[in-house]
Amino acid sequence: MKSFKIERRKNNGYEVVDLYGELDAHTASQLEETLQQLINNRKANIIVNFQKLDYIASAGLGVFMAYIEDVRSIGGDIKLTNMNSKVYNVFDLLGFPTLYDILDDEEKAVKKFLKEK
Amino acid sequence: MKKAATYHKKLSASTENLSLVRNFVSSQAKKHGFTEGQINDIRLAVDEACTNVIKHAYSYDDTKDFNIDLNFNRNGVSIEIIDFGIGFDPTKYEVPNLQERIKQKKRGGVGIFLIQSLMDELSYDSDGDKNVIRMIKYRN
Repeated sequence: MKSFKIERRKNNGYEVVDLYGELDAHTASQLEETLQQLINNRKANIIVNFQKLDYIASAGLGVFMAYIEDVRSIGGDIKLTNMNSKVYNVFDLLGFPTLYDILDDEEKAVKKFLKEK
Repeated sequence: MKKAATYHKKLSASTENLSLVRNFVSSQAKKHGFTEGQINDIRLAVDEACTNVIKHAYSYDDTKDFNIDLNFNRNGVSIEIIDFGIGFDPTKYEVPNLQERIKQKKRGGVGIFLIQSLMDELSYDSDGDKNVIRMIKYRN
């Protein structure tokens, strides 16, 4: 079993959340806690890097559905980057690309945030 | 490639078991010659169906069990997920409106849509005690 893990760091002052392993109904609560913490601390410009995420189920996508309005209401956004095709397909099936910024890599997310300033 | 075969697994209704479920179905589908893309579809569909059983049929009560049956044949695989909890018909589910759900901060209800998108057939039977979700993935 590939265990799920979250790490946090900064890139150009933006909050980056790195996801590792498999995100499902069992592990989604960890992501929820992380996003909740960031929002509580008014850290609204968030990049979630999926490079090391191997798998996502709808419970994982549900976390992004539940928190995006909160983040946008305090003037920020959650930008999703570095997804492998398997993970991207799940977001695509549910229509996420029209409502979320899903970018090839983290630098594009940073540039987009800078442009939106 | 292996010939027709049937596999069973009985698990307690805990989300901790979802990774076991995924490993079980992926390894059997691989043994039976499904492509990587098909295995990804099957794995996610079964994960979503089992998540619904754990969450809705049993309300996360891990003293309860559910069964997974895999039946491989020449044409594909038929998968049954059987529980004895509160029934829920996944075939009578509407396509989720993502924008509406985001506005309402709703996070659930998209698993069934995924199963419908990923598998070739989906049906549901309930006799009041036993609920069976049956899904089929064809090889071609």
